Amino acid sequence: MAKIPAAINTPPKSLRHNHKRHLKERIIELLLFLAAFLSVFITFAIIYLLISESLVFFKHVPLWDFLTDTQWTPLFDDAHYGILPLLSGTVISSLVALAIALPFGTIIAIYLSEFAPFLVREIAKPFLELLGGVPTVVYGYFALLFVTPLLQTILPDLPGFNLLSAGLVMGIMIIPYVSSMTEDAMRSVPMHLREGSYAMGATRFQTAITVVMPASLSGIAAAYILGISRAVGETMVVAIAAGMQPNLVWNPTEPAATITTYIVQVSLGDLPHGSIGYQTIFAAGLTLLLLTLVFNILGHLLRKRFREVY
Amino acid sequence: MMDNTDSVDEIRAIITRHKRWDLLALIAGIIALMIAVLTFIALFGSMVIDGMPRITLEFFTSFPSRKPEIAGILSAWVGTTLVMLVTAAAAVPLGVAAGVYLEEYAPKNLITEIIEINVTNLAGVPSIIYGLLALGLFVYQMGLGQSILAAGLTLALLILPIVIVATREAIRSIPVAIREGAYALGATKWQTVADHVIPYSAAGILTGIIIGLARAIGETAPIITIGALTFIAFLPPSPVQEQFPFLSFDWLMDPFTVMPIQMFNWISRPQEAFQHNAAAAGLVLIIMTVIMNGLAIYLRYHLRKKIKW
Repeated sequence: MAKIPAAINTPPKSLRHNHKRHLKERIIELLLFLAAFLSVFITFAIIYLLISESLVFFKHVPLWDFLTDTQWTPLFDDAHYGILPLLSGTVISSLVALAIALPFGTIIAIYLSEFAPFLVREIAKPFLELLGGVPTVVYGYFALLFVTPLLQTILPDLPGFNLLSAGLVMGIMIIPYVSSMTEDAMRSVPMHLREGSYAMGATRFQTAITVVMPASLSGIAAAYILGISRAVGETMVVAIAAGMQPNLVWNPTEPAATITTYIVQVSLGDLPHGSIGYQTIFAAGLTLLLLTLVFNILGHLLRKRFREVY
Repeated sequence: MMDNTDSVDEIRAIITRHKRWDLLALIAGIIALMIAVLTFIALFGSMVIDGMPRITLEFFTSFPSRKPEIAGILSAWVGTTLVMLVTAAAAVPLGVAAGVYLEEYAPKNLITEIIEINVTNLAGVPSIIYGLLALGLFVYQMGLGQSILAAGLTLALLILPIVIVATREAIRSIPVAIREGAYALGATKWQTVADHVIPYSAAGILTGIIIGLARAIGETAPIITIGALTFIAFLPPSPVQEQFPFLSFDWLMDPFTVMPIQMFNWISRPQEAFQHNAAAAGLVLIIMTVIMNGLAIYLRYHLRKKIKW
C-alpha cells in the first residue's frame, strides 16, 4: 500500500479553517444584504418625505378643504387647495387610456397565446417591447402634434390641449404592459386543460374564452391593475397634451391637469424650499402614491393567488 | 332517418357558426396587433417627416438657442451621457448585489420576504414620486443641489428594481450542479458566486441593465421634479484632465439638461420651427432607445441559446 503523502493528512495552511477567510465571507454577505435592504430604505424614505412635508401642508390647509374644495389654485393670491380638479383629470385621462389599453391588450394577448403561429409570436413580442420602450415624452409629442390634429378633423371643436388625445395615446402606450402580462398568465395555463377542451369539440375561441381566460383570471386581473397603476402615474403625455389647467371636468374633450401634471408644472418654476408651493407637490404626490399603492397591493395579492392555482 | 339528417345538419350549422367566431377572433387579434404596429409607424413617421431635415452635424454640436434654426442638442446629449454614467455606476453594483443576495444568500425569513415585496412595489411606484424623493433627499437634505450627481442617483433608484429582477432571473437559470462543483473543490460561497454564478449569468444581467438604462434615458418627469434647467448653453468641466490626476469629478456637481427635457422644452414653445427641433430630438431619442432595447432582445434570444448546461 502506497504511503499517503503527508500533505493530505495536514492540508496546506490556506485550506484550514481560516478566520480571515471566514471574516471576508461574512463582510461580503453583509454588504450584499445592505444592497438588498436599500429597497426597503427607499420605500421608507419616500413615505417619510411625503408624509412629513404633507403634515406641514395640512397645518395650513384643513384636510376637509383639501378633499372637498372644487378649486385648485395654490399659487394664486386667492389660494384654494382642493384636490378634486386634479383627481378628476387623473381619473378621466386614465379611463380613456384604459378603454383603449384593456380591450386591445387582452385581444392581442388572446391572439398571441392561442391563435398566433410561432413565428408571429416571436416577432410580435419583441416588437411590443420596443413599443413599451419608447420614451413617454415622445408619446406626448405624438399626442399633441399628430393625434390631436387628427381628432380635430372629426371633432372640430376639440381644443388643442385635451384629455382625450392624451388618454388615447397613453392607452396605446400601456397596451404592451397589459398584453405581455396577460399573455404570460394565459400561457401558464397547462396544455392539458386546452387539450381537454379541444377534445370536447370546442374551437380555439371557445377554449380561449371559456377555459383559458377563467383559469388565468387572477393573472389577467393583475395585468389590468398594473395597467391602471401605470395610467394613474403617467406624467409626460398628459403634461404635454392635456394642458395644465386644473379644471373640475368630467368631459374628456376639455383641457385639464392631472396630479402628475401639477407636480411637473410647479417644478418647472423656481420653487423655494419650504414654501407652500413646495409642500403642495408633496401633498399631491402623497395622494398619487396612496392611489397607486392601493392598486399595487391589489395586484400583488392577485398575483400571489394566481401563482398558487396549479 | 329524417330526424337524423336534420340533427346532422344542425350540428354542421353549429360547427360553421363556431368556426365563424373563431375566424372573427383571429381577425380581431390581427387587427389589434396591426393598430399597435401602425401607431408605431405613424409615431416614427411623423418624427422623421418633421425632424429629419433638422438632423445635421451642427444639430449635435450646437447649444440650444433662441433662434430655432441654429439650436442644437449638444448640452442635452452630453448631459444625458454624464447622467447615465452616474446611473450605471450606482445602479449596476447595487442592483446586482441585491439580486445576488436575494437569490444566493437570503434565508427564508420575514426580512427577506419584506425585501421581495418591496422590490415589486417599488417597480410600480410612478416615476414622478422618485422625483419628489430625490428633491427632498438628494437636493435638499444631502445638499447635492440640482446636479448631475443628484439626477444620476435618482434614475439609479428608479431602475434598481429592473436590474434586481433581471439579475435574479439570470441567476435562477444556472443549474445547482455548477455551484456544487465549485463547493466540492473547496470554494467558499463568495468564490462560487464571483467566479461562477455571476460570470455565467452575465448575459442575462446585461440584458436587464441595458433595458434599465434605455428606460432611464427616456425618463423626464423625475428629472424635471428635481429642478433641472431647460436652457443650458455651456458644458460641464471635462472629466478627463491634461494634468495629474487626469480624472476630474467636478462635473458631478454641475447643472445640466438631458435629451427628454430639451425636447419637452421645445414642444412647449409656440413657434413651429422649435417643434421641428423637438421632432429631431425625439427621433434621436427613439433611435437610441430602440437600439438599446434591440440589443437587449438580441442578447436574450441569441446569447442564451448558445449556452447548453
